Amino acid sequence: MTDTRPTSTGPLGGGDLNQASTLSGADAGSAVVVTDPTAAAQGVERVRSVRGDAWRDLRRNPLFWVAAVIITVFVVMAVFPTLFTSVDPREAVLSESSKSPDAQNIFGRDRQGYDIYARCIYGARASILVGLISAVGAAIVGTIIGLVAGYRGGWVDAVISRVAEVFFALPLLLGAIIILYTLRGDDDSYLWIITQVSLVIIVLGWPNVFRLLRSSVLQVKPNDYVLAARALGASPWRISYSHILPNAIGPVIVISTINFGAYISTEAALSFLGIGLRPPTVSWGVMISAATDSMRSSPHTLLFPALFLSLAVLGFIMLGDAIRDAFDPKSKAR
Amino acid sequence: MTSAPDVVLERTDRPDTGRLLEVRDLHVDFKGRDGVAHAINGVDLHLDRGETLAILGESGSGKSVTAQAIMGILDMPPAVIPQGEILFEGRDLLRMKAAERRKIRGPEISMIFQDALSSLNPVFPVGWQIAEMFRQHRGMNRSDAKTEAVRLMDLVNIPAAKQRVNAYPHQFSGGMRQRIMIAMAVALDPKVLIADEPTTALDVTVQAQVMELLKELQEQFQMGLILITHDLGVVADVADRINVMYGGSIMESADVLDLYGHPGHPYTQGLLDSIPRLDMKGQELFAIKGLPPSLTNMPEGCPFAPRCIHVQDKCRTVFPPLVELGPRHHSACHFAKELVRG
Repeated sequence: MTDTRPTSTGPLGGGDLNQASTLSGADAGSAVVVTDPTAAAQGVERVRSVRGDAWRDLRRNPLFWVAAVIITVFVVMAVFPTLFTSVDPREAVLSESSKSPDAQNIFGRDRQGYDIYARCIYGARASILVGLISAVGAAIVGTIIGLVAGYRGGWVDAVISRVAEVFFALPLLLGAIIILYTLRGDDDSYLWIITQVSLVIIVLGWPNVFRLLRSSVLQVKPNDYVLAARALGASPWRISYSHILPNAIGPVIVISTINFGAYISTEAALSFLGIGLRPPTVSWGVMISAATDSMRSSPHTLLFPALFLSLAVLGFIMLGDAIRDAFDPKSKAR
Repeated sequence: MTSAPDVVLERTDRPDTGRLLEVRDLHVDFKGRDGVAHAINGVDLHLDRGETLAILGESGSGKSVTAQAIMGILDMPPAVIPQGEILFEGRDLLRMKAAERRKIRGPEISMIFQDALSSLNPVFPVGWQIAEMFRQHRGMNRSDAKTEAVRLMDLVNIPAAKQRVNAYPHQFSGGMRQRIMIAMAVALDPKVLIADEPTTALDVTVQAQVMELLKELQEQFQMGLILITHDLGVVADVADRINVMYGGSIMESADVLDLYGHPGHPYTQGLLDSIPRLDMKGQELFAIKGLPPSLTNMPEGCPFAPRCIHVQDKCRTVFPPLVELGPRHHSACHFAKELVRG
């Protein structure tokens, strides 16, 4: 979605940190030209955009930094697991089955004798991947359909909205269980399983984004600048993607960030029920699922993957909150 | 012969008056839950090259709807145009395909709106928005279009245009924003510019500057300008001709001096009498009593009859035809001639 931003926002938005701190957040909506004396002398005027304001707010929010650190760690973990561990997550040492944490295996070993630390690290990839594909996919599908419904209105909107309601009425887990059971085949390759799970979440999750964007489009559509764009000859396509979408996309960015976390836990829930990712795929959900049998005798097998999962979900929800605060002018009067 | 060729004949046979823009017997209805609102009831108007036509009227008189119908930006539905013609250089806009008509909006007929803050997209720099006109209609590349944007910002007298081309709408004052809107509207050198209350949201000193700018640009490019306003003061300075609208119809049409000197309609007289005057200080202001008619329930005769001080029985039953008071002066009042004589 970032490609809808004007290219000049980046270098111009925000202003430098000193300036930002002298301006209170409350005046963000009013017409303020931030002029750096030295910059003006060079004929360059620092300007602030809506998104520049949001970014400036975001940077001063500790919640954002905590979330950013957590997410960065998990993303790096997913891309380069070998940076964190040199142990093979599929190396089973049955003689050390269910070993408690000690100096050699800091998280201990599970029933199969796998090193839990290594598996937690390698599990990040599957979880993050499912979260990413599902959240981005649901955002794209929901946005396109929401834009069409909101912009066209009339019977198109009515039909799409009813269809969305049907999907919305289906509980995510129940729907996923049914679809995944019927889809289940012999092909158990890593990517296919991840795609399958993500697709199911997209199919059941898009109405969430759709409803948000549709209502947002309905809010933006009656604005004079949309009328003005029409009066100056813009095509329906150009009006919707260049005038309506950039003004309506804010809430979708927020909800999709939160969904990212929520979908990671959905993946874990599906794996726990035995229909999501399955061994030999390494994921937190699969680990939690395997640990339930021996939960009472060796709780550490459940504790660590559950901790990683919670942290990742927390990270994305916190980021979503921080972005919402930055976009919402009402929450700026802190 | 069947009747079909006759219809074709009638269409092609319409007298070409050589006018830039001509609206004939335009009707616009809005279909709502409470029935049909007749917003425009048979409006005729015309505009020549380089001419300024003011459409004067109070809120709800149908002046903005007329403008939006000419632009083709009415939301249809709920709006419907049951009859009428809008001829631009002899071609009927109402019979054009949507894509064909879109090519006219911007390069041929253009429009500026009342509130320039809300008419500019808040998320894009103003220069980008002006440049978009060239990218969209002329297929220019980004850097050429930006150069053009700076040129236009200079043209509408925005100081330090080159530095401000990347600034956002909220960083400009009201008057500057309206200048930017004007720059966008005249970017492609349109033949007709419709200005829908361009100065209503601005304070008085800025109003004068913006009107001055519009006048300059109009003379420079020989545009036909339709100025929609409720402000008699603005009209007097700029307009060549005035159409006074009331209840979705044109009540009086005249050259500026004629209209101010010899108003031929009680409504026009009422409007002129309502202007506060310095030499009447301390006295009560004149006001036209009553409210504009409900569009869903139009009075049968003259729409102004319920508020008219000269009202007769005839006015309540018969819609008044246009009475010619001079070569370019018409009034839709049964007693227009008596009124002018005083």
